[in-house]
Amino acid sequence: MRFAILVNEGPYQHEAADSAYHFAAAALAQGHEVSRVFFYMDGVHNANRLQEPQQDDRNIVRRWSELAEAHGTDLVVCVAAALRRGVKDEILGAGFRISGLGQLVEVGIQADRLVTFGD
Amino acid sequence: MSDEANWEDAGAVKRFMFVNRKAPHGTIYALEALEVVLISAAFDQDVSLAFLDDGVHQLRQGQDAKALGMKNFAPTFRALDDYDIDKLYVEAESLAQRGLSAEELIVPVQVVDRERMSALMAEQDVVMSF
Repeated sequence: MRFAILVNEGPYQHEAADSAYHFAAAALAQGHEVSRVFFYMDGVHNANRLQEPQQDDRNIVRRWSELAEAHGTDLVVCVAAALRRGVKDEILGAGFRISGLGQLVEVGIQADRLVTFGD
Repeated sequence: MSDEANWEDAGAVKRFMFVNRKAPHGTIYALEALEVVLISAAFDQDVSLAFLDDGVHQLRQGQDAKALGMKNFAPTFRALDDYDIDKLYVEAESLAQRGLSAEELIVPVQVVDRERMSALMAEQDVVMSF
């Protein structure tokens, strides 16, 4: 099945950001496709490569980058939500790109399931 | 926006429902949800909106966000009709729990009970909940 994922919450603040990753990883492990993850609202902060969590904690941005590298998942950050929160190209982690909300609607049309992770 | 230009699978029409569960202010959920709704109109999909829980407050008449230093975006709901988005469902139980009636809302809506709302959600291809 072809999944798309919507992440509406920020990293570390809200478990939705983790659950989205665990869902994506589990779906891929079972042979499904995760074509795009769309980061919206405070979810845009997941893309910030300047994150420096403590040594014994998970690195949320790097985790997404590695997933994208391994599986070709398209990591899209909403431009309007990102600009509002100071998330710009120069601080994006590997594999992330900034684009419009149309990318969310588009993948809603294309994917078999769009799964929202939010509050 | 260049997204639409890249859109090639023009034949597909899906049923999109945007579920609004939060109050209009206090958090940004309502405002950014509305931004997705407006973009979705450009894709010629079958779009509807659902309002439940504190989300019903988004449609209340007479909102004034000046004292909050925020934009009052409630009038934008009146413009949805211009985008051919006219299916607005409001959950009866959520209205009643808050002492509200459909007459106090800024736009005409269909008030449906929880069971009907559930059935409407089940009919959708895509449900985005904010």
